[in-house]
Amino acid sequence: MPGPVQSIERAAAILRLLAQGSGRLGLSEVANSLGLARGTAHGILRTLQMVGFVEQDEATGKYQLGAALLHLGTSYLDVNELRSRAINWADALASRSGEAVRIGTHLQGKLLVVHHVFRPDDTLQTLDVGMLLPMHATAMGKVLLAYDANAAAAVPEGDLEQFSRRTIRTTKELTRALSGIREVGWAADVEETTVGEASVAAPIRGYGGLVVGAMGISGPVERVCDPHNRPRPDLVTFVRDAARAVSRDLGAPRW
Amino acid sequence: MAERYVMSIDQGTTSTRCILFDHGGRLVSVAQREHKQHFPRPGWVEHDATEIWRNLEQIAPKALAQAGADPGQVAAVGIANQRETTVLWDRHTGIPVTRAVVWQDTRTDMVVEELARRPDAYIVEELCGLHLATYFSAPTIRWLLDHTPGLRERAERGDVLFGTMESWLIWKLTGGPEGGVHITDVTNASRTLLMNINSLSWDDTLLDFFGVPRAMLPEIRPSTQTYGVATRVMPGVRIAAALGDQQAALFGQTCFAVGEAKCTYGTGSFLLLNTGHEPIRSTHGLLTTVGYQIGDEPAVYALEGSIAITGALVQWFRDGLGLIGTAPEIETVARTVDDNGGCYIVPAFSGLFAPHWRSEARGIIVGLTSYITKGHLARAVLEATGWQTREVVDAMNADSGLNLRTLNVDGGMTANNLLMQFIADVLNVPVVRPMVAETVSLGAAYAAGLAVGYWPDLEGLRRNWHRAAQWLPAMDPELRAREYDNWQRAVERTFDWIKPHDEE
Ligand SMILES: Nc1ncnc2c1ncn2[C@@H]1O[C@H](COP(=O)(O)OP(=O)(O)OP(=O)(O)O)[C@@H](O)[C@H]1O
Ligand SMILES: [Mg+2]
Repeated sequence: MPGPVQSIERAAAILRLLAQGSGRLGLSEVANSLGLARGTAHGILRTLQMVGFVEQDEATGKYQLGAALLHLGTSYLDVNELRSRAINWADALASRSGEAVRIGTHLQGKLLVVHHVFRPDDTLQTLDVGMLLPMHATAMGKVLLAYDANAAAAVPEGDLEQFSRRTIRTTKELTRALSGIREVGWAADVEETTVGEASVAAPIRGYGGLVVGAMGISGPVERVCDPHNRPRPDLVTFVRDAARAVSRDLGAPRW
Repeated sequence: MAERYVMSIDQGTTSTRCILFDHGGRLVSVAQREHKQHFPRPGWVEHDATEIWRNLEQIAPKALAQAGADPGQVAAVGIANQRETTVLWDRHTGIPVTRAVVWQDTRTDMVVEELARRPDAYIVEELCGLHLATYFSAPTIRWLLDHTPGLRERAERGDVLFGTMESWLIWKLTGGPEGGVHITDVTNASRTLLMNINSLSWDDTLLDFFGVPRAMLPEIRPSTQTYGVATRVMPGVRIAAALGDQQAALFGQTCFAVGEAKCTYGTGSFLLLNTGHEPIRSTHGLLTTVGYQIGDEPAVYALEGSIAITGALVQWFRDGLGLIGTAPEIETVARTVDDNGGCYIVPAFSGLFAPHWRSEARGIIVGLTSYITKGHLARAVLEATGWQTREVVDAMNADSGLNLRTLNVDGGMTANNLLMQFIADVLNVPVVRPMVAETVSLGAAYAAGLAVGYWPDLEGLRRNWHRAAQWLPAMDPELRAREYDNWQRAVERTFDWIKPHDEE
């Protein structure tokens, strides 16, 4: 078994320290209390600050526990913030792929559409933001199921709701599909929600690689897929690159 | 052959962005950095121009690295900038003589009031198309010259230079004290109160009126033209366009025809309408300004409805009150309630701009009862942007005799669906966002790319425009009328707050 990770132990000690007393300590106070070199303490504090567990007061430079710690249980990235942070890359993806783009997150067993960019052909289209879609029948939903253990746990055992002839039928089938998605890093839905429609999606990650949403394109099968009904590789690359760009901006490690 | 790009620099009020665009006008990479806002006294707002320059030194290489490109692959760079913000610097050292005074700063209240009392004050608007207000650069230059010992003499000798942010950055990029080019573009010059709106040159009557020495002023150039070649940060890259950020957004939205308009939602919000080759005078509180000038072609003018505080109110909700952690969270908080609960916020932080032009107004929150929660306040914050838009659209309709049929929007606040829907509701017209929300940057890139032949013509640019989202009006007309009336009564309550000489 691997031994304990020292920096995590120290980070935990710093959080304990900040949770006591006045809750506002300077760098030297933290370093002295734990017998750490200033540089070491600073590095840990900066990392904790980056993930939102610690905040630094601008005026005094003192550290305190961050708001994110209080909301550990709830979703850590506000969906409206996710949209703001992703909007540039979602636009570029729509423009490159020529298809509509959506961003989704998991909400109580469903896929919540949090952002929607129209297909760039200037035809009449309606914003889907706020719409709830099935998880197991959509590319974005499957991405979230593949990478978000809580979302996956919310799927009931047994037969799954059918939307078309191609919708995944059972949890067993779904489990197999999800491990395939984890292997390749993206998901597709070819006529699984709607006949004639296909989509491709990839995960959006935040700090530490945590998946915070999915981003994908959708359009007519004959445009999104090749003659063998497989998603076109160039479109898959566009989707994955866009999702990676958003993830990088959100502070995800490279993968 | 390696891919070629156009670079844009958007030097904004809160941050500086550097973006690379490809031939399709698609964003390839982006790097951004905020700079510090200094509020040394109530009503004062300052930036450190050297900090902004250093930010550019950091982000430009970052944007290149992100795209895996080197400066040789950049066909040209275009600059868009926060307008009116005044930088004065020493020509020999390249060091700013004071902090830059930002367009929101109201320290020149008294200067403006005194100037307005002069019998010849009427010529200002006649010559330059702008109101005499603290918003523009000339009173600020005057104030700095009056309040800094020895500065006037240095300015008269040409040892101290004036510029808005694009002038400062172009001068630095082209070598600074070693051969830096000291220029501005017509759109930025049209915001100083010093340029003649017809001749597009510095006007001696105006220079005299404000007591600004000509020796400190940059040369006025078209918005697209190769001004010079960068010797630093991106050596060898041609600097081929400069526009004020709002004019750049007009360009980025491809509003090239008379009657086309856009509204950009950032720190403040600005509605601009293309009026063609003739400067049109407003009788409803709008400004006459230059929209753009392509090379040697005649300039295109615009009518402008300027709103000082929109996104800045969200920022105040975040930083001043600490009620949210990030700007987009305002939507989450606002959605916890169904309406404003009878509460209205009029953010007259720097007085009110268009269509009121009341520099003595200050902000208020009205309709407070114990029923009001943070959610209602968040709604009132967003609604303030909607109603202020309604006021400038009404003025624009009255001035142009046309009725706006759709509103083209861009800027950071367009990510807010609740707000965009509210704007559609209160204007009773569809609101449309184009595929590139960073339209300011896109406009600067378009202008630069056009100047060097990266893009052939305006028609080609127009074809890149696509609708990314649309919000349709859905508000009950009676409710709209009642709410607008409430808003207007709230606005009246901000008037006459600062009494003459209160601040001295
Ligand atoms: N989702 C959102 N909802 C409401 N306001 C937002 C949202 N996202 C950003 N903002 C506001 O929009 C502004 C940022 O938008 P943008 O980056 O276009 O501004 P900007 O005016 O270009 O900045 P600058 O003044 O630096 O040029 C900020 O004032 C911020 O408070
Ligand atoms: Mg801006």
